[in-house]
Amino acid sequence: MGEKKATRAAYGEALAELGAKYPNVVVLDADLAQATMTKHFAAAFPDRFFDCGIAEANMTGIAAGMSTCGLIPFTNTFAMFAAGRAYEQVRNSIAYPHLNVKVVGSHGGPSVGEDGATHQCNEDIALMRTLPGMTVVVPCDANEMRQAVEAMINYNGPCYLRMCRYAMETVTDEIPGYKFELGKGVTLRDGMDVTLIATGIMVQMALQAADMLAAEGISARVIDMHTVKPLDEELVLKAARETGAIVTSEEASVIGGLGAAVCELLSEKCPVPVLRHGVNDEFGRSGTAAAVLEYYGLTPAGIAEKARKALSLKK
Amino acid sequence: MTAKELEIKAYEARLLILEGVHCAKAGHPGGSLSCVDALTTLYFDEMKVDTANPRDPDRDRFVMSKGHCAPALYAVLAVKGFFPKEDIRLLRSIKGHMSGHPDMVNVPGVDMSTGSLGQGISAAVGMALAAKHNGKTYRTYAIMGDGEIEEGQCWEAFMAAAKWKLDNLCAFIDVNGLQIDGATADVMPSAPLDDKLRSFGWNVIVVPGHDYDAIRHALATARITKGAPTMILLETTKGKGVSYMENSVGWHGKAPNDEQYEIAVKELTAHLKELGVE
Repeated sequence: MGEKKATRAAYGEALAELGAKYPNVVVLDADLAQATMTKHFAAAFPDRFFDCGIAEANMTGIAAGMSTCGLIPFTNTFAMFAAGRAYEQVRNSIAYPHLNVKVVGSHGGPSVGEDGATHQCNEDIALMRTLPGMTVVVPCDANEMRQAVEAMINYNGPCYLRMCRYAMETVTDEIPGYKFELGKGVTLRDGMDVTLIATGIMVQMALQAADMLAAEGISARVIDMHTVKPLDEELVLKAARETGAIVTSEEASVIGGLGAAVCELLSEKCPVPVLRHGVNDEFGRSGTAAAVLEYYGLTPAGIAEKARKALSLKK
Repeated sequence: MTAKELEIKAYEARLLILEGVHCAKAGHPGGSLSCVDALTTLYFDEMKVDTANPRDPDRDRFVMSKGHCAPALYAVLAVKGFFPKEDIRLLRSIKGHMSGHPDMVNVPGVDMSTGSLGQGISAAVGMALAAKHNGKTYRTYAIMGDGEIEEGQCWEAFMAAAKWKLDNLCAFIDVNGLQIDGATADVMPSAPLDDKLRSFGWNVIVVPGHDYDAIRHALATARITKGAPTMILLETTKGKGVSYMENSVGWHGKAPNDEQYEIAVKELTAHLKELGVE
């Protein structure tokens, strides 16, 4: 396994690196360049960096306008403000005309930690997923993030990229021939008893949960579902048919996100027990990231527990 | 174009506005009629656009930030020749592509989808910023409402346009003094708009909003103004051109019935006749 790095850090580096290859990429930030890591791009390409101040709604609209003129804008702020505060700007100015803007929400989920509930956005995946034509991506590690950013640049349409503050080890670099493809989940580990479908930093935890389950004689498949929308339906259906029980895991609300997407698909096409692991219907709280994740059960043990329950429901 | 020629185009557009809203039995005639003279001046005297190539990357851009005045935009685009005038009869209809608010995907000539107030001006800032960034000489125009500027996002956009010295951006506020719930002065006082915008770093010009020469002169001034965006405050009459709609808050978002429509057509046609159009 690779080094521990927060996806936001990998994003900042990738953006600065890819900036040289893609001259149409421009970066907008809302006074958070130090936190969203766009500071690297700003240093490398000062003429292509636009600090819009603490005005996310306007930043979103400016990006929409720029995209109509052939540029590929990346807007950057915390997930709370990207998907929450500016939701309606993303909907009406970007998603409705299907403009080529990449909306990047950093500090997604409770692993924001100390800042507490006002800044821990658990709803962004759900909010962005409801928008017609919106692609929603939640990379799990530095390697995946770098490839995801390039894939988004090469895709012509609106995207929401969610990243988080918490550093996790890189795991996808160990997959032989790993290549990020929008809308295609990755089976990180095979298994036949139950499938753990995770996104973002829960992917690494799902791998650890699979180890815990293996010690109990349970064979758990692990899927890295970096693209929550469009969902890789084929991969999910295959897992449902072959393992007969599913656990979804996301560092976000269990309402409306990856878990919901998987339930929506399987209830219609292949009903099997699906248990959703994530933040229940409640707000977050302050604490260190590790303490907050532990408090809400966003741990390998939390996933393993759901897996055992899913197995017990299996016919 | 002479002022008289512009007036003829604007009254042809007025007829289409009424036709569209009457066919749809819904829509926003009041604010469409108050801004249509400025809009006509833009499309027939100011902007470089090509009806045969609506997406020419070097064209001037226009954003109808007060998107509910889509009837005015569609009417002027139709008179200009972007699509057949008959299309206006499909306004708001399930059978057509002329949605209730401007739709850049399906309506030729529309540069930005708008409708949610306060968002269009931000997109216009983005277009002007992109022009500067890309070294292009096209200009960007926008029309806002005097009710619309109650949205905080507008003021975010005003600050940003001044920050980046967007002298290639020229916006209008259609100051007709009325919004859905009543007079803007009562609903949410915004005066003095000229002083506020100047303090935000804009070049501000106040003009009688139905005076083509005055609008044209202001646009020319905007074009030679360097280092700051220009805001043209249009002093207008809501519902201008249809006697019973003028200065009447009730005609913000209501369609005329058959009898009222007939009166409107009669008045507008009579005015065109005065201008020498049979």
